[in-house]
Amino acid sequence: MISRRDFLQVSMATTALVGASGFGNWGRLAAQQSLTQDQLLQFDTYGNISLIHITDIHGQLKPIYFREPSVNLGVGGNKGHVPHITGADFRRAYGINDGSPSAYALTHDDFSALAQGYGRVGGLDRVSTVINAIRADRPDALLLDGGDTWHGSYTCHQTAGQDMVNVMNALKPDAMTFHWEFTLGSDRVNEIVEGLPFAALGQNIFDSEWDEPAELFKPYKFFDRGGAKVAVIGQAFPYMPIANPGWMFPEYSFGIRDEHMQEMVDEVRAAGADVVVLLSHNGFDVDKKMAGVVSGIDVILSGHTHDALPEPVLIGKTHIIASGSNGKFVSRVDLDVRDGQMMGIRHKLIPIFADVIAPDPVISQLIDEQRAPYADQLAEVIGQTDSLLYRRGNFNGTWDDLICDALLSEREADIAMSPGVRWGPSLVPGDDITREDIWNVTSMSYGAAYRSEMTGEFIKVILEDVADNIFNPDPYYQQGGDMVRIGGMGYRIDITKPQGERISEMTLLKTGEMIDADKSYVVSGWASVNEGTEGPMIWDVVEDHIRKQGTVSVNPNTTVKVVGA
Amino acid sequence: MEFSRRETLGLALGAAVMTVLPLRASASSSVDERIAAFTGGADMADSGIELTAPEIAENGNTVPIEVSAPGATAIMVLATGNPTPGVATFTFGPLAASQSAATRIRLAGTQDVVAIAKLADGSFAKASAAVKVTIGGCGG
Repeated sequence: MISRRDFLQVSMATTALVGASGFGNWGRLAAQQSLTQDQLLQFDTYGNISLIHITDIHGQLKPIYFREPSVNLGVGGNKGHVPHITGADFRRAYGINDGSPSAYALTHDDFSALAQGYGRVGGLDRVSTVINAIRADRPDALLLDGGDTWHGSYTCHQTAGQDMVNVMNALKPDAMTFHWEFTLGSDRVNEIVEGLPFAALGQNIFDSEWDEPAELFKPYKFFDRGGAKVAVIGQAFPYMPIANPGWMFPEYSFGIRDEHMQEMVDEVRAAGADVVVLLSHNGFDVDKKMAGVVSGIDVILSGHTHDALPEPVLIGKTHIIASGSNGKFVSRVDLDVRDGQMMGIRHKLIPIFADVIAPDPVISQLIDEQRAPYADQLAEVIGQTDSLLYRRGNFNGTWDDLICDALLSEREADIAMSPGVRWGPSLVPGDDITREDIWNVTSMSYGAAYRSEMTGEFIKVILEDVADNIFNPDPYYQQGGDMVRIGGMGYRIDITKPQGERISEMTLLKTGEMIDADKSYVVSGWASVNEGTEGPMIWDVVEDHIRKQGTVSVNPNTTVKVVGA
Repeated sequence: MEFSRRETLGLALGAAVMTVLPLRASASSSVDERIAAFTGGADMADSGIELTAPEIAENGNTVPIEVSAPGATAIMVLATGNPTPGVATFTFGPLAASQSAATRIRLAGTQDVVAIAKLADGSFAKASAAVKVTIGGCGG
C-alpha cells in the first residue's frame, strides 16, 4: 500500500501547497493514552473552506458499540490496499499503538476489553457538539450527509424515518445523497425530500421510464464559500434496485453512470466551480475506480462500505475520504482553494467517543422527544449475552450467527440465510439484549422471514451470485455488502476464482453430508428482495429465540473455509 | 401482489436457470456469423463507436442501452449470450442529424453486448460492454 510518507510526497507533487500537519496525529494521540474533547477536536484551521462529512448513520441517534471488521478482503488491484487491511496490519500502516483509543476506534482486536475502558461511540448529540465546534472555527462550513440516514432502528422504522429527519434537520446539513432511504418506498421518500430544507443530490438518480435525470433530485449544487465557488455533486448508491427491493421504488433507476458524472463535472467547471466535491454513496473501491475514470473531482466524500480511514487516499488528483458508519466518526476536511484550483487539503477523522465528547443538550432533548413515545418498547430486556455480538466481516459475525440460529430453530429449517449488510451496532459480553438492540440489527421495510424449499443447485447459484457481488475483481460490478451469512451449512470459497467456481464443499452441518445438487432443503432467510415474500418479521423471530435462551452464547464460526485471501 | 412464496421462488429459479444455461457455446458461432455477414470479414477499429450500458442490469428483461458512432451509416447491436443474439441494426440516412440510437434489450443472463458501426468510408468500428444480470439482495 501507499505508506504515509509516499502519500505526502504524492500529494505535494500534484498540488502546489499541501497542509500536511493534519496527518500523522493518530500515533501521537494514541501514545498519550488519555483523551479529552479538546484533543479530539483539535485542528489548526486551514485554507478557506471546511467540509464536515458524516455518512451511513443507519438510524443511530444514541451512542452504541461498533466493532470494525477482522476480515475485509480486497480483490484484483485492491488486494492488500486500504480499506482492505485490518487489525495489526491496519495499526502498522497508520502508526497506531495496540490498545490505544485509535486502535479501539479503528480495529477489532481486544474489542470487548477495550470497550470497557473507552465506552460507547456515536450519538447525534455528540456529533452536534463536534459540528458546532467546527462551525465556531469556520461558520460557513459545509455539512454533507452521505446517506443511509433514515434507516436502521426501532424508532426509525416506526416513524418511517421521521425521527432521523427531525434530528438531522436540526444539525442543518447543506446536502445529502441516498441509499436505504428508498426502502421507505418512493411515496414516502418523495414526501420527505419535497420538504427537506437542504439539497437532495444524486446525478445518477434517473426516472426509470424515460431514463432521464429525476426531477426531484438535483445532480449538484453550488455553494459560495471562502471567496470560492464550491460544487457539490451527489452520487446515490448505484445498485439500489438490485441490492434492495426495486418494486418499492419502481419510478427510479440508478447505476454508476460515470459518463454522466463526467458531464456534470465538466458542466460545473464550465459554470465557474473552483473546487468539485463528490458526495458519494458508491462504496470505497467504486469511488477509487471512478476517481481514475472521471477527471476533475478534487474530493470524494465516500460512503456505503462503512470504512473508516484516518487519512485520505489519493487517486490521481482526487482525495478520497472515508468516514465510517453508525455515527461513530465525523470527518473534517479543510481545503485551500484559490485561483480556481485546490491548492491543499487538511483532514481529520474525528472518532465520536461518547464519554469524552459532551452531548449538545438541545439535540439530546430532541432525540429524547423522538424516542419518548416508544420508551417502554425500546427498553424491554429480552435476554443477555455472554458473547461479543457484532456483524461486520466478509463471511460471518456473531450477530448473524445468532440470527441464523434463530431462523433454524424458530422456522425449523435445514439451512438459514442472513443478508450480508454492514449496518448494526455491537453488544459486549454481559450486556442486556433489549428490543432496541434486536431492531438495530434487523429493522427494515422488508423484514419477513421466509421459509421455502431450495435445491442444492439453487443454493449454490445464490452463493455464487452474492460472492461475485463482493469479489468480482472489477469494482464496478461489486455491490458493496458482505457475503450472505449461512447457518446450518458450511462451505469453501476461493475468492480468486470467477463466478460459478468460487463455492465448493457445501456441507449440511447437522448430518455432515455434502449438499446434493438435486435434493431439496428447507431454507429460511430474511430480507428477500422479491415482492410478496411471506413470513413473520425477523425481529420477532430473533426475539422469540433469545427469550427462550435467556443468556445467549455464540461460539466462533469455523464453517466457512476461505481460500485465496 | 398475489405472489405466493412458491411463485416468487419460481420466478427466482427461472432467472437463475437462465443464468447458468450454456448459452455462449451454442450462440457464439451465430455471433461470429452475424458479425462476418455485417462486416464482410473486415477488421474493426476499437474507436469510433460508443456503447453505453449499465454494468449491472436493474432488470434483465429491459436493459437500456445507447449506441453512438459519428458518421456511421449503420450500427448493429448483438447480445452475445442470448439464444438469438441479434438485437437490432440501426441504419442512418445521409440526412440523419446524429448517428445514435437508444433502446431497451432483454438479456438472458450475464454477457457481453456488442455494437458494430459501419462508417461512411466503408470501415468498421466495434465496442463491447459486459452487463451482469444478478439475482440481487444483500446491499450494505
